[in-house]
Amino acid sequence: MLNFFQLIIIYAGIYALMAIGQNCITGNTGMLSLCHAGFFCIGSYSTAIICKVVGLPFWFSLPVAAIVSGFVGFLIGVPTLRLKGDYLCIATLGLGEIIKNIATNVNPVGMMAVPRAELFGYQFSSRNKFTFILLVWFFVLIAYLLFRQLAHSRLGRAMTAVREDEVAAQANGINVTKYKIGAFILGAAVGGTAGCFATAYTLTVQPGSYTFMVSVMVLCMVVLGGMGNLAGVILGAFIIEFISYFPQLVGLSSVIPAQASQIIYGLVLVIMMICRPQGILGRDRYRYGDGRKTRRSAAVKKEA
Amino acid sequence: MTTLIQYLQYLVNGITLGSIYALIALGYTMVYGILKFINFAHGDILMVGAYTGLLTYTALLGESTNPVWMLTAFFIAMLVSMAFCAALGMFIERVAYKPLRNASRLAPLLSAIGVSFILSNGAAWIFGAQSRRFPYPFDNTPIVIAGLSITPHQILTVTVSVIMMVVLTLFVNKSRMGKAMRATSIDQATSELMGIDVNKIISMTFAIGSALAAVGGILSSFDFRVYASMGTMTGLKAFVAAVIGGIGNIQGAMLGGLILGVLESIGAPLLGIPSALRDTIAFAALIIILLVKPDGILGKNEREKV
Repeated sequence: MLNFFQLIIIYAGIYALMAIGQNCITGNTGMLSLCHAGFFCIGSYSTAIICKVVGLPFWFSLPVAAIVSGFVGFLIGVPTLRLKGDYLCIATLGLGEIIKNIATNVNPVGMMAVPRAELFGYQFSSRNKFTFILLVWFFVLIAYLLFRQLAHSRLGRAMTAVREDEVAAQANGINVTKYKIGAFILGAAVGGTAGCFATAYTLTVQPGSYTFMVSVMVLCMVVLGGMGNLAGVILGAFIIEFISYFPQLVGLSSVIPAQASQIIYGLVLVIMMICRPQGILGRDRYRYGDGRKTRRSAAVKKEA
Repeated sequence: MTTLIQYLQYLVNGITLGSIYALIALGYTMVYGILKFINFAHGDILMVGAYTGLLTYTALLGESTNPVWMLTAFFIAMLVSMAFCAALGMFIERVAYKPLRNASRLAPLLSAIGVSFILSNGAAWIFGAQSRRFPYPFDNTPIVIAGLSITPHQILTVTVSVIMMVVLTLFVNKSRMGKAMRATSIDQATSELMGIDVNKIISMTFAIGSALAAVGGILSSFDFRVYASMGTMTGLKAFVAAVIGGIGNIQGAMLGGLILGVLESIGAPLLGIPSALRDTIAFAALIIILLVKPDGILGKNEREKV
């Protein structure tokens, strides 16, 4: 039981990192991206390759995973961020699938027995979950503080301006493309570090596990907790992970079928969207893209 | 010569696959045309359609091996499945999307993802994880014409798809309801002022789209078997097809479906890459189209948006 709680806390931490990255892209800058599983995959592979094939320590792989994911985010971002709203969502979705497909085809069996992370001679093994919790949540804390500072900085305010109204932001001298790509790179890099910790914990990499559903799950954490609200996002990660492991947690996994948690999770999403679309901790109604009805219909009329 | 025949064979397979994609893409495109949102649950409605069809077919058939009854039972099963999915589509719209019609654009999208989770996991719960084969309702020995082998199920797939698409085109262009649908997709507020019951039109759109998805699901289960998550990938690719053709455009969805099917079938051997990468080709095509012409091949120029 305690063991299980610890497992949930570890996974919640890993997913909280991903959700913080997704929040930077979707919550702060207002871009609906669905390829965080791709960044997660790249981060995991970077760590596995550096620790196992190259033979360097885990701590070296951490920045490398962030940089590689960030770079891929840059490569993806430059062409696709010209697109808006639904189109951006579809394009990133496609790219996420491409990353997974390439990984599955290049390395179908995945990687096993990646060396453990080590700190001053102490090995972080999955058997001793408590130290691993400290490790993961230490980095969640760092990411939380960094991104909170970012949101209140000049950079973060510019990102918010881009989210609220691109044209007005541009008129005020904000380079919209630059901030969009910047936010995308940051989000991707954090997603990569999450992959890094996932590999350090499970010590395996399985290319089939980076599905579209992972991206959706991360997006749901952000939406559930409250877009743009970092504490909310971390809470969202907790809730989603808790729901996923609920049957095992109450020891009824033989009675409750494995699909039940996913069904509950689907229900939570639908009910949440209908009853409280701004998320649990969201304060004001979030706006995504040009969600304001009046402007939209005016634009549609102009086209017609 | 052999290579030519081989490529013609890929083309035939591609057209079969493409007509299935086209059927499913129609549902995406019609909903997008009216509500401007991506119905992520559409792929799972396809799966429900395939299961309903399979169950009805096996129940009707029993022990019978009479070829005429087999084919009749198949078509009855298809109709039952269409009706069931149409009702399901309308119900989902009513419960999960209608309350969100004035919410921000992300809300219905996430609600749709939630519905998709419920449907696919519900099916996995009820029917178990193992996949089932949809038995051919006829003798599926390939007919060989000049080295080109065409199976009866390919003929059936293409025929049924073409009939469905012709009926749909006639319905949208000629009937009163179709006119109302076109009007709603152009301007919802004004059509409401003109006395069109927009809620009814939206329900109708979901019903038609879901019925077509049911047909697509049954036809695709000959090739891909029936299982709970069968709709995810096929649905995504049908969506890609809708975007390639120009989302919101009915002819575009048909064209996009065919293009995607042929691309997938011919692309891998033409580029000399393993056929396991065919999904990558589909998504690469999507991204190229989005970058070069985001409105799709037939987007914007056509006025007929439904």
